[in-house]
Amino acid sequence: MRFLSLVFTNLRRHRLRAFIGVAGIAFGVAAMLTILAIVNGAIGMFERILSTDSHFLVFEKNVSDLFFSSVPDEDAKAMAALAVVESAHPLLFGVVSSPGFPVITCFGLDPADPRLAKAEWRTGTRADFGARRGEIFLGSRAAEFLGAKAGGDIAIGPATFRVGGIFKTENGFEDGGVFLPMKDAQEFFHKPGVCSVVAVKLRDQARGAEFKRDIESAHPRLIALENREFNQSYNSFRILKMTAWAVGLCAFLLGGLGVANTMLLSVFSRIREIAVLRVCGFSQRQVSALIFGEAAAVAAGGLVVGLSLGSAVLAILPHIPQFQGYVQASVKPVVLLGIVVTSLVTAVVGAIYPARFAGSIQPAEALRYE
Amino acid sequence: MSERGNLIATVRNVWKSYDQGRVTVLQDVSLEVRVGEVVALWGASGSGKSTLLHLLGGLDVPDRGELQVCGLDPRSEEDRLKLRRHHLGFVFQLHNLIPDLTVEENVRVPALAIGRPAGETLARIQELAAQVGISHRLNHRIQDLSGGERQRTAICRALVNAPRLLLADEPTGSLDEKTGDAVFGLLKSLATKERITVILATHERRFAEACDRIVRVRDGRLVDV
Repeated sequence: MRFLSLVFTNLRRHRLRAFIGVAGIAFGVAAMLTILAIVNGAIGMFERILSTDSHFLVFEKNVSDLFFSSVPDEDAKAMAALAVVESAHPLLFGVVSSPGFPVITCFGLDPADPRLAKAEWRTGTRADFGARRGEIFLGSRAAEFLGAKAGGDIAIGPATFRVGGIFKTENGFEDGGVFLPMKDAQEFFHKPGVCSVVAVKLRDQARGAEFKRDIESAHPRLIALENREFNQSYNSFRILKMTAWAVGLCAFLLGGLGVANTMLLSVFSRIREIAVLRVCGFSQRQVSALIFGEAAAVAAGGLVVGLSLGSAVLAILPHIPQFQGYVQASVKPVVLLGIVVTSLVTAVVGAIYPARFAGSIQPAEALRYE
Repeated sequence: MSERGNLIATVRNVWKSYDQGRVTVLQDVSLEVRVGEVVALWGASGSGKSTLLHLLGGLDVPDRGELQVCGLDPRSEEDRLKLRRHHLGFVFQLHNLIPDLTVEENVRVPALAIGRPAGETLARIQELAAQVGISHRLNHRIQDLSGGERQRTAICRALVNAPRLLLADEPTGSLDEKTGDAVFGLLKSLATKERITVILATHERRFAEACDRIVRVRDGRLVDV
């Protein structure tokens, strides 16, 4: 038996308490992993929608959300005509509803949009997109939950559309969304002659600064951001990320309190035993190390259980029909590292008071009164 | 190395009180113990025997007075730790073993505190267990032992780091007469064999009379030294 094995022996002797501590940390870890993975996945999907085959995003300055941005068609055309620009594709975002499905993302695209070329067409072809009026196109996941088939009719808001084609994209948002040709989308959303954002691909990415200057001077109402800049500065992303961390940290705080409570109970119930350890030559530091060791072991156990639990939840969520394919978890290494560090720090911080208390136990007093 | 006859513990004019001075437990106590002696602190319950043992063992500090044990000052935290780790062994009335650990694990605890090599410790544990007759119980948990076996385990634990001074606080107090006699006899013979000085607190005259010297403790004072 080594010094460290005393840690595990103590945990084994108080299984229920150890289990409660492990469960507290595990739920914190699982909550943080699930929330952050879903949020990062959602942000990633949205980023990919915007950055498909493009370098810059151009949208209206000072809007709180891209859904509220209006870029006139003529501005989009002017951008496409710039010498530095290879292609400029307008996108119009909107939210529509269908009976039983109150929120479905709708994309207004022009027929030349690269995502239509990259999609795996299940029924219909890219050439069908925008060929006939009154047709709507569905992501495969949307077709699935709407129970729609090509050639059939579906109700979208107050109107009825014929399904012109169904295609699969790798992006969960797109795959769970519906697509209208730009003119139809502008009409449907009462936004004639405007789009939400223009995705611009340059002939030479090194000329990005020149493009930004051109946009600023020619279109002072608009702003051009490189995809990377957009991802870092877009308010909605920042709010989502901060909310996810805040919720996760709250879950950890509860877990930390659980560990503190577990360790404190453990110390209080072992006062005489700790006094005996001191009599046997354990220093205050060794006794404290024992308590910190127990807390760290609880955290490690919680981490393993929590990561397994969170991973299981993330594996199950995308298959739940109610999520309409919008859950596409993304577990980044930095997030994993953050979770590991946070859980260990939480446990160690939770053990500070119990460890100090244990270290301060005076053997004679404890043996006299216990 | 201490030689027989040299002082191993010195207590000079020590006072100790509790409850912010309201209860005086030791009053102007002075005592000298020589290497190899088996000294009995004999007195009634509450006379101050245990408190004096605790002061000698560095488990508590005196209000006034001087102490020296194995050349160290138990009033200093640093010396107290050295004493407990390398020079002293304790046996209590209640064995104070750790439940759920085996006999071997309990005996090993003081060796863990000083980071003694596991193999070396095991050999020592086996040697001591053979001497006190609990070799067959090494892998048993404390809950499975009789009172006498528990106290034998506690004696092994006290001796595992080969201390120079053994402080025993009513080691037979919770045992029946026969078992108490056996444990006391064991303690004494081990002390001789291991060349350990023993200070034993007891209220039983027969055990006190079997020691080399009796120091009577009454109302916090030493009499008939």
